Amino acid sequence: MSTATATPRRAIESGVPDNQQYLHPTLKKNYGNWKYHDRPRPGVLHHVSYSGEEVWSVRAGTQRQMDVYTIRKLCDIADQFADGHVRFTIRSNIEFMVSDERKVAPLIEALQKNGFPVGGTGNSVSMIAHTQGWLHCDIPGTDASGAVKALMDDLHQEFIREEMPNRVHLSASCCEINCGGQADIAVIIQHTKPPKINHDLVANVCERPAVVARCPVAAIRPALVNGKPSLEVDEKKCICCGACYPPCPPMQINDPEHSKLAIWVGGKNSNARGKPTFMKMVASGLPNNPPRWPEVSEVVKKILYTYKADARPWERLSDWVERIGWPRFFEKTGLPFTKYLIDDWRGSRSNLNASAHIRF
Amino acid sequence: MAKKMHSTPMLDELETGPWPSFVTGLKRLAKDNDMMVDLLGQLETSYETKKGYWKGGTVSVFGYGGGIIPRFTELKDDAGKPKFPDAAEFHTLRVMPPPGMHYNTDILRKLCDSWERHGSGLIAFHGQSGDIMFQGVRTDKVQDAFDEINELGFDLGGAGPAVRTSMSCVGAARCEQSCYDEAAAHRTVLNNFLDDIHRPSLPYKFKFKFSGCPNDCMNSIQRSDMAIIGTWRDNIRTDEKLARAYFAKHGVTDLVNDVVSRCPTKAIQLVDAAKIPTGPTISAVKVSDTQAIAIENRDCVRCMHCINVMTGGLSPGKDKGATILCGGKRTLKIGDLMGTVIVPFMKLESDEDREKLVDLAQRVVDFFAENALEHERVGETIERIGLVNFLEGVGLEVDPNMVATPRMNPYVRTDGWDEEVAKVQAKKQAA
Repeated sequence: MSTATATPRRAIESGVPDNQQYLHPTLKKNYGNWKYHDRPRPGVLHHVSYSGEEVWSVRAGTQRQMDVYTIRKLCDIADQFADGHVRFTIRSNIEFMVSDERKVAPLIEALQKNGFPVGGTGNSVSMIAHTQGWLHCDIPGTDASGAVKALMDDLHQEFIREEMPNRVHLSASCCEINCGGQADIAVIIQHTKPPKINHDLVANVCERPAVVARCPVAAIRPALVNGKPSLEVDEKKCICCGACYPPCPPMQINDPEHSKLAIWVGGKNSNARGKPTFMKMVASGLPNNPPRWPEVSEVVKKILYTYKADARPWERLSDWVERIGWPRFFEKTGLPFTKYLIDDWRGSRSNLNASAHIRF
Repeated sequence: MAKKMHSTPMLDELETGPWPSFVTGLKRLAKDNDMMVDLLGQLETSYETKKGYWKGGTVSVFGYGGGIIPRFTELKDDAGKPKFPDAAEFHTLRVMPPPGMHYNTDILRKLCDSWERHGSGLIAFHGQSGDIMFQGVRTDKVQDAFDEINELGFDLGGAGPAVRTSMSCVGAARCEQSCYDEAAAHRTVLNNFLDDIHRPSLPYKFKFKFSGCPNDCMNSIQRSDMAIIGTWRDNIRTDEKLARAYFAKHGVTDLVNDVVSRCPTKAIQLVDAAKIPTGPTISAVKVSDTQAIAIENRDCVRCMHCINVMTGGLSPGKDKGATILCGGKRTLKIGDLMGTVIVPFMKLESDEDREKLVDLAQRVVDFFAENALEHERVGETIERIGLVNFLEGVGLEVDPNMVATPRMNPYVRTDGWDEEVAKVQAKKQAA
């Protein structure tokens, strides 16, 4: 065991590695000197430099959680067709750069033959940004990789085409912390019951004042239960967010039946057109139903295809809803608008309609 | 050859369909790796019971306090023994990626070979914070695994109450919209905070993210405490050949509907090619012999939309730099927050410029370290104490670019008004 050796190796605190050593030669040569790009076909970006040099980038989807055999297969393809250089996008797509247009078609063929869908560019549905879930997280309400795999199987055709009004970003998060992030459409766990407390363990496992401080609605207080110091939850106040669970695992928030999935829409990070926007909850109460979560996929697809049919070019999902209004969003998608979708958190009155603007 | 596989009927269903299957990958690893056999067993159990079975703990490498995500199984039999003993420890190494996530196959193969020797062979490119996630290693192998990765030129990322791993977009390496050298800024800032990355001692996490333009491909505004977003101060550049090419392909309908009318501040107008307005703040370009577009750059908010639609025909100006925003975060505790502007513009061209960014970042992190409550993100601190107190704390001047609107209520004590006016005027005269 190396950790027990007398003189452990001291780390080289090298920090963030220099990327220059890994850049494709054409990228390195034209660093900071690019003029424009276009997209000759879905999954391919074509960049032109002021020097006149060109580079084609072929984008393919991956499963993000990759075994070394898959990575080596991608390396083989890169060595054979793309000068041995790759990069990854923020959505776990892989990109291969080639400076010779004739290499594009064989590269695409090799990727497709090996099961990697080529796409994810422009007005497509790109790969879903997602979290760790049951595979590795310590507080997950669901799995992310599985729900994402199931949904991407359904949306495969939208990944390999560019037929959406604008790009569509999706995310999936296995608890309400929402590590998946803002997206045009997001799938997030929504707990519906307060935590179940194992009072035998709280005193030994949890730093009680820290747990009390975590609660966004001050619903947790110290209490003596069965003669032991523990914590209790005012269940009338509790908003079932699960914030207490990470610092205090005996306050189990995940529930196989009562932890549901919610769908959120209209998040946008880009500053293009309007300012960036947060997403809004539009559906909840969907069952946590592995291995393929069909009820979730159904609602996501309903929203996605309503948007696809109804939005104008360049409208992101949030732009589309801004034009048609929320009543019509619910009408067109067939999703029920319930009282739970009216915000009552801090600052919520700014989310109410303070006008006589009504679409009829 | 590893031990016998557990039955995994639910996971097996994720091997069908056109999208690449992580389950197929896990099973391939399990052919020669007992840890992955048992990992599949535990994951299948989660799919059956809809429960997670990992708990955290304390595992680190010599000299560092963070960067390893420890995972111990809680799935045990009545005697307290792990049901899947070979996956009873399944820790993750968070490793910082190069800016723009560029690799060559040589380094990827070396990382794979090393991880296959010491760990499970499962790697995520990349986690939500940007780390390369080397997933699945026993406690007694963590140091060896790290040592090899470290010798290959990579270092652990952040975890817990620390400065976290950062991300930057493809940027100057391949994007015409890049407004600063993202990779240089990313490395300069992060490598200044290595102690705060490796030895967690802040009130809570602190994230930097670097996007080269306002398209913000790194989602920095909503998922980083300090967002560095490229922008420019001078006029949008035009290229008549490419502008005409756009028009030839799309025509006047698309030009009006997709470009002119989608400008959020109505800064663009369609004009007669014979009557193109001129002036020091106007960008104009002919799209045909009869029609042109003209942009009043003083009204433009640098949203990127028209440039995205007519890439090359329109492009960012030459006087480039970045806007700095502070306070973005996800839900817990007070709700999602966007970053808001703390520096409307700063140049980021020279080493000296980047040192100024490092200096600002250091002041913000120091202020955060000293003033945030435990488990409070800096956006929450700003919400609690007000932006003005934050700006004074980090030594920044107020600027109307920092607000969406001025104050909408009278609930403020203003008896220092005349002094503040005098300061503003003195500053104007000095400028």
